[in-house]
Amino acid sequence: MRVSMDIELKDIPGQLLSALNPISELKGNLKSIVHHHEKRTPRGTIPLQLVFEADPECLDAIISKLEKNGVDVTRVDEKRFVEHGAVILIGHIVHTDVEDTIETIDNTGFAEVVDIRLSMPHIDTSSSASLKIDAIGKKELHDAITILRDIAVKKDLLVIEPIRAELS
Amino acid sequence: MRTIRASIIGFGSVGQGVAEVFLQKREELENIGLDLKVVAIADSRGAEINNEGIDLSEIIARKRETGTIASRQITGVEIIRNVEHDLVIETTPTDVETGGVGLENMLAAFGHGRDVVTSNKGPLALKYRELMDVAREAGSGFRFEATVGGAMPILNLAHDTLAGNKIISIEGILNGTCNYILSRMMEEQASYEQMLAESQELGIAETDPTNDVEGSDTACKLVILANSIFGMDVNYNDVDVTGITKITPEALILANDEGYTIKLIGEVKDDLIRASPRLVPIGHPLAVGGTLNVASIQTDLAGTVTITGRGAGSIETASAILSDVVSLYRP
Repeated sequence: MRVSMDIELKDIPGQLLSALNPISELKGNLKSIVHHHEKRTPRGTIPLQLVFEADPECLDAIISKLEKNGVDVTRVDEKRFVEHGAVILIGHIVHTDVEDTIETIDNTGFAEVVDIRLSMPHIDTSSSASLKIDAIGKKELHDAITILRDIAVKKDLLVIEPIRAELS
Repeated sequence: MRTIRASIIGFGSVGQGVAEVFLQKREELENIGLDLKVVAIADSRGAEINNEGIDLSEIIARKRETGTIASRQITGVEIIRNVEHDLVIETTPTDVETGGVGLENMLAAFGHGRDVVTSNKGPLALKYRELMDVAREAGSGFRFEATVGGAMPILNLAHDTLAGNKIISIEGILNGTCNYILSRMMEEQASYEQMLAESQELGIAETDPTNDVEGSDTACKLVILANSIFGMDVNYNDVDVTGITKITPEALILANDEGYTIKLIGEVKDDLIRASPRLVPIGHPLAVGGTLNVASIQTDLAGTVTITGRGAGSIETASAILSDVVSLYRP
């Protein structure tokens, strides 16, 4: 998960370190830091903008560690789903419990079906659907499509997934 | 000048293409020091043999007029065993179930120390290791560029031109018939059945299109790539195959709305060999239309190299065979 965070530091030595340590201790991967030492907030603190990748389960721990270190966290914006993919399904999509198909992806916690469009030309002929899937990373998107492929085998649906170059 | 005595076993569309190309390129071949003499030709009904070299323009005309070249009742494998020559050009129809007569021809050729250049996938998809071992023990040359991608160079490209690179993966369209049907389904928003009928009318699909549309032709080519380029030891049964017969025009339209087209893609990577319909972004190098073939070769040093070309056709396939012949014998 990618997190963007605004924090405020006191203008005393060692503050930057106490802001970054909790992130690295919890295996976060820092993507960018914007630090303007000459700027001041109305509270006299120094504003800092951070972007990092972290395990969603560690985010609360990172925030409480920061606060324990005396760093004010003023804004947290988690962008959970950074990868987007599309797949096409062909077969008896509705009659094989489309809700279950979607829920199996949604229940993973790392991917979600965010859009589905269905085309049902005639009764008794195959339907076609396009699914948009969002996931928290490339690997997770790949995993979600693999899960979908397994469901499709059980429900006798054809899954058309993107070429490898699109997923790696 | 080096004289190469050759037989052409199988005189259908590809065999005739080879004869035409040999005629057409006689001077170019002489310029690089090769005198190609076709001493025997066999088709399904018999054979023609001439130790001084068969008149190729006469034999092509004879085939067109009478439907056969047979002047005596001798089979291909008898020619391979009994007529003294260096090179067997094996262009009989492919049999992916048993390897058929092609397998017998190739083994006989190696058994008599002859070189083989072939367009026949079946034997290679079934018995790759065995054929390579027998050829090596016999000291025979064995080349088969024409089995994958027709005129599009891929085996020799990976082995020779990209020598030194590690090939990480290959992904591409290896069957022109499927590509044509899917491209036309999108253009006309028509059903699979309609576009199959159209391609049969145009001679792009065979009367029995099973091998092409169910993906087994692509699978055979993947097996040859996997064994030859990736050093695997796999056969047809190791390929995960899904054909194109279930694709609907609605699926193509939905894919198009998302910026994709649907293609039958073959891929080889690590232990995965798969032929299946896939979403290819419109404008991506793999999104070629019509009957074209295409392949992206991912390498460690050169990055990704993509080639496209005609995957079938008499002269196009003969081009790949000629290139194999030249690289076997060029002084």
